[in-house]
Amino acid sequence: MAHDSVSRRDVLRLLLAGAASASLKADSAHAQTPRLLTRRIPSSREELPLVGLGTWITFNVGDDPVARAESVEVMRAFFAAGGRLIDSSPMYGSSQSVVGDGVSRLQPPRLFSADKVWTDGSKGRSQIAETRRRWRVRNLDLVQVHNLVDWKENLPLLLEMKAAKQIRYVGITTSEGRRDREIEQIMRTQPLDFVQVTYNILDREIESRILPLARERGIAVIANRPFQEGALIRHVERHRLPAWAREIDCANWPQFLLKFIVSHPVVTCAIPATSSVLHVRENMGASYGRLPDEPTRRRMIAYVESL
Amino acid sequence: MPEWWTYRLSDLLLFSPRTYYRMFELYHGAIWPAHVIALASGVAFVVLARREDSWAQRTVAGILAAWWLWVGVAFHLNRYATINWSAKYFAALFVIQALLLVWHGIIRGRLPVRVSRNPANMMALGILLAASVVYPFAGRLAGREWTQVELLAITPDPTALATLALLALSIRRAPRSLIVIPVVWCAIGAATLWALGSAETWVVLILGISGLAVAIRESRAAA
Repeated sequence: MAHDSVSRRDVLRLLLAGAASASLKADSAHAQTPRLLTRRIPSSREELPLVGLGTWITFNVGDDPVARAESVEVMRAFFAAGGRLIDSSPMYGSSQSVVGDGVSRLQPPRLFSADKVWTDGSKGRSQIAETRRRWRVRNLDLVQVHNLVDWKENLPLLLEMKAAKQIRYVGITTSEGRRDREIEQIMRTQPLDFVQVTYNILDREIESRILPLARERGIAVIANRPFQEGALIRHVERHRLPAWAREIDCANWPQFLLKFIVSHPVVTCAIPATSSVLHVRENMGASYGRLPDEPTRRRMIAYVESL
Repeated sequence: MPEWWTYRLSDLLLFSPRTYYRMFELYHGAIWPAHVIALASGVAFVVLARREDSWAQRTVAGILAAWWLWVGVAFHLNRYATINWSAKYFAALFVIQALLLVWHGIIRGRLPVRVSRNPANMMALGILLAASVVYPFAGRLAGREWTQVELLAITPDPTALATLALLALSIRRAPRSLIVIPVVWCAIGAATLWALGSAETWVVLILGISGLAVAIRESRAAA
C-alpha cells in the first residue's frame, strides 16, 4: 500500500515537522530525499535502518480497541519513515497480537520481524509457531533466546530452524548487564547472528567486552532500553538541548540519545518503544542526517552526565 | 528466574498505567449491569451478617465465595489475562479461595459473624466500610476516572480487604487457610500499584496490614 513505503513527501514532512535535522539542505527547488541511515548485518550483509521499534509495555494494550488502533498508527508512522525492524516477545502480554494487527492492516513490504523464544526447550517450537501466528507472517526473520532462558536447548532449536530456512537469523538477549559472562561465552562459542543487550548514553558497560567481541565474531547488535524505559528522557528533558546538537542533526532529546547509540560502529540498531505517533517520528529522525564522531560522542556523554 | 535479585519491581511490570486503568473501564463496561447485582449482594451481606442464625451466616459465606469466584473468572481470567500472563494464576488463587469459603463457611459453618462494640470489631467494620465505600474515592483521588475505579465484589483489591475484615468479625477461630490468599493478593495488588506509581498503594497496604493484624488477633481471641 502506498502509505507503507517511504515516499519523498513522507520524509520531507518528517523533517519539516522538526523531527529531524535543522541543517539538512533541502531547498524548495531541489529538495533531496534524505538518505536513510542503515548498517549491515555482519552475517548476511543485509542492511537494516539504524532505528527499530520495541514493543515492551507500549504495545501490551490487551483488547482495548482504541489503544490497538493507536498502535497501528504508530506502526504506520514507523514504516512511513523507513523503519523495518520490530522487536517483541511472548513475554510482552498482548504485544505480539497487536503487532499482528498492524502487519495485517499495513502489509509492510520490508518488515523485519524480530521476536523471541521464552520457554523451556521442549516447548520452544510450538511457542515460535504461536508467535508466527500472532504476527500473521509466514516466517519470522529473527528469533532470539529471551534472557538466555534454557538457551542450551533453545539455541540448537533455532539453529535447526535456520538451517531449515524457517527463520533467517538467530540471536540471544539480555538486559541491563545481567549474565554478561554467560553472554560472552555464548558469543564466543555459538554461531550467532544477533545479540540484544542494553546500551544507552549512561549504561555503557558493554563497550568494554561485548561490543569488541561482537565486532570480532561478526555479530549484529540490537540495543535495548535506549531511554532507560523513559527515565532517561524524563531526566534530560528538564534541560535544554545543547546548541551543538544541530551539528549532528538532532532536533530533540530522543534523537540526541538515539544518535549516541547508533553512532557506535558495532551497534546495528536501537529499538525505542513508544505508543505515540509523534514520538516514533521523533525517534525515526535519528535514522537521518549526520552521526556524531568519537570526540562528539565523548562530548555527548560529558554533557548528559553533567545534567 | 536467574539473577532475580537484580530485577526491580518496575522490570516485572508488563503494562503502562494508562493500559491498566483502561482495563478497568473496559471491564466495567463489559459486565454492566452486574454492578446492580453486586450492590444487591452487598446489601444482603450487611443485613445477613447482623443475624445470628446459621442459615444467614452460611449465606454470608456464600456471598463472599461468589464474589471471589466472580473476580477470579470474570476479572482475572477474562480481562486481566489480556495484559498479564500471570493473571491465570491469580484466577486460580481466587477460585481456590472461593472453594475454601464454601467448605469452611457453608459446609462446615465455621464463619459465624457477630458485630460487637469492642475496638477490634470496630476496626474490622472500619476496614469493611473503607473497602466498600472509601476505596472508589481513593482511586478517583489517585487519578483514575470514575469509570476506572475498583469496586467491592467485582474487582480484587477491595474484595480481598473486605474478606480480611469479615474474618476478623468471626466469633469462632477463622481457619488460617482463609487468611492466606487475601493477604497474598493484598501484597500483589500493592506491589502492582507501587510499580505503577499510584498513591493507592498506601491504601491497600495500610488496610491490608490492619486487616491481617485484626484477623489474627481475633482468631487467637476466639480460639
